[in-house]
Amino acid sequence: MNRLAYDDVVLAAPHSVPYIRYSNDPAHYWAAKGLKGTLDAAGLRPDQIDGFSVASFTLFPDSAVGLTQHLGLCPRWLDNIPMGGASGIVALRRAARAVQAGDADIVACVGADTNQIDSFRKLLTAFSRFAMDASYPYGAGGPNANFALITDRYMAEYGATREDFGHIAVAQRANALRNPDALMKTPLTLEQYIAARPVADPIALFDCVMPCAGAEAFLVMREDEAQRRGLPFARIDATIERHNAFPDDPVQLRGGWAMDVDQLWQMADCAPSDMDLVQTYDDYPVISVMQFEDLGFCAKGEGAAFLRARDLTITGDLPHNTNGGQLSAGQAGAAGGYIGLVEAIRQVTRTAGPTQVGDASRALVSGFGMINYDRGVCSAAAVLTGGAS
Amino acid sequence: MTDPLQPPPKKNPQVRSPLAHLPPVPRSRAALGLTARAAEGRFALQQCADCGAVQYPPRDACRVCLSTDLPWRDQPPMGALIAETTIRISPDLYFRDRMPWRMGTVRLASGVSVLCHLHGDVRKGPVRLILRLDRAGQGVIMALPEQEGPDMADDPQLRELGADPKHRRVLITDARAPTTRALVRALLDAGAATVFVGEAEPWRRWPGRDALAAMDRVEIVPLDLTDSASVREAAGTLGGKTDILINNAAFLRPGGLLERSDTVFAQQELEVNYLGLMRLAQGFGPMMHARGGDGVNSAAAWVNILSAHALAADPAHAGYSAASAAALSLTQSLRAEMRGGGVRVMTVLTGPPDDEWHAEIPPPKVAPRALARALVDGLQRGLEEVACGDVARDLVERWQRDAKVLERELAEGAGR
Repeated sequence: MNRLAYDDVVLAAPHSVPYIRYSNDPAHYWAAKGLKGTLDAAGLRPDQIDGFSVASFTLFPDSAVGLTQHLGLCPRWLDNIPMGGASGIVALRRAARAVQAGDADIVACVGADTNQIDSFRKLLTAFSRFAMDASYPYGAGGPNANFALITDRYMAEYGATREDFGHIAVAQRANALRNPDALMKTPLTLEQYIAARPVADPIALFDCVMPCAGAEAFLVMREDEAQRRGLPFARIDATIERHNAFPDDPVQLRGGWAMDVDQLWQMADCAPSDMDLVQTYDDYPVISVMQFEDLGFCAKGEGAAFLRARDLTITGDLPHNTNGGQLSAGQAGAAGGYIGLVEAIRQVTRTAGPTQVGDASRALVSGFGMINYDRGVCSAAAVLTGGAS
Repeated sequence: MTDPLQPPPKKNPQVRSPLAHLPPVPRSRAALGLTARAAEGRFALQQCADCGAVQYPPRDACRVCLSTDLPWRDQPPMGALIAETTIRISPDLYFRDRMPWRMGTVRLASGVSVLCHLHGDVRKGPVRLILRLDRAGQGVIMALPEQEGPDMADDPQLRELGADPKHRRVLITDARAPTTRALVRALLDAGAATVFVGEAEPWRRWPGRDALAAMDRVEIVPLDLTDSASVREAAGTLGGKTDILINNAAFLRPGGLLERSDTVFAQQELEVNYLGLMRLAQGFGPMMHARGGDGVNSAAAWVNILSAHALAADPAHAGYSAASAAALSLTQSLRAEMRGGGVRVMTVLTGPPDDEWHAEIPPPKVAPRALARALVDGLQRGLEEVACGDVARDLVERWQRDAKVLERELAEGAGR
């Protein structure tokens, strides 16, 4: 059965709350900032939305439910998405269908987290049951160690080098220097990348994201609603979502995208080469390489060579993670699952300001989330087109 | 090749003893099954009773057929190391003290990937897995080289998973016990730095004292478990340098409950076997608890040697069985409290020893050397439960299978 197109549903009012390394304030504060930012961008009052979707690791003991009372919202559609790096696209998928079906008219999607002193360690100790039982007790390296194993295996299997991963990190840092809100503000050379302090071999400092506090948000509504309010908007050409793909792979060398990639491009009615920019989920460079492979830009194992031959900066031939991505802008918890999506909405609506890719009209956004034990479980992707075209 | 572990330098009394940070403690209930198997020294994983699929990490339902019947079954401990890392930065205090730390992904033939600690000699390719208790008393898996190598046990990550006597100072509580000579010998052979041996009522002469006193690295020290002041004094002098404490003191008199007309023997049995352990725990426990992180010769283990009838009474040794059961119960509490200091508590359950108080019991009996061997092996592997001798192993197995049936079996012949 063919999937229903997302006709007449659009994304608007992208808003990023500037990140900070540590925050005294709890996740509720950051979620409120994110929500207010997107509402202000659309000129809406809180009582004018009737749908609310939240992703956060640090809201405990609250969830989206507690936030409704906390923030004085009265939605008729509510979602709580515990999918980390996939939460932005999953929020988009669910909210879009709700709006399409008339279950809600305007849904605010918010990814927000705080980062208090020691909260990252506490998050790691009990991130998931499998992590608590079977990965954290083995050196307590957290995701650094998980991705070290994945990177080690990927390098051995496909001959990728540290330089290949450095190519990605260095380009993103160049992009981040144009983003005034990025946490990383100094240039990064390949030499610095290679010489960086080792964290969990073969991963070193510049392969790792910096945990921080922040929020990202956008609105989902019908196209006529956006038109009526004069909001620039992005259309959803296609989306995919998958969980626990390829469970028998000994080490994760591919993600769920590989299961659904054909459907993605078929639904979008275009090809990877049509993308003006790509926003991958980049908590570590190796996973960005896998996304290019699994999303059809090149064959499995050829990602490093494919990317090496391309300029990944804003002015390059394949602009990638144009705001610096998580590697250079920071990882604000579940907002890390939103950062690429929110930036992509800005890009295709030509509102990205200093990070704007000149003629951007089509973007691929990809999400990846939740290292439950030894691999990321959630994957998702979306193709967006600027509404003005 | 593992570098041989060097004897530790003398402690500087002006420097704070390093804190005994523990590796991460929290586990799900299912994962405690792994811990329980590690305590017994087995390499077992959950295996679906319905479809046979091996599970890891521990689950509540089968990943293949959703069956909830997932018994722990011994597994071939062989696998292949397919990814590895050396962790250099961790927010966890225990690992931070011990960086860098090697870990990796081992693929088992049964189709599961296991994240595990890596021995320093392990390289990508075939490995042998062990399931051990870590310093927090939780079950963890480690990959070793397929072949045993020289000084392998000295690997710092492996040493954390046991209480190896090498370079450690040991206190054996009862010099006169028939097991003592063999224990001393085995511990010295395993590389113990010093063995202190406790002697009650030193004015009483006993055979073998001179030979024991003449042994190199052995010191006979005054210690009477039935005397609180004596235990306190011994703890005052020895507590700070007892890395492994082995309580081998026992008092028993044969006889059924109805064969006795008073509680004199029963009081003696409790005095030594139960209250003696309590006095020792109160005297030595706090100091050992505080020294669990004290380097190469940190406090590491407490061992109680008990009759296997602590599990199920032998009606022909009614009082002794009861006192042993009390001691076993106290051992569990001691283990729970010592765990916070990173100190292991091991129970060695034995069958009847070959002494005058078990003369009426037919063989097999436990030879002192066999006991010593099992005890040192248990220390090296960091076990919590060791059943020593065929009788004890048989009893533990029957007790695990059906404690009520065992009770009836043991009652045969009683009360005639």
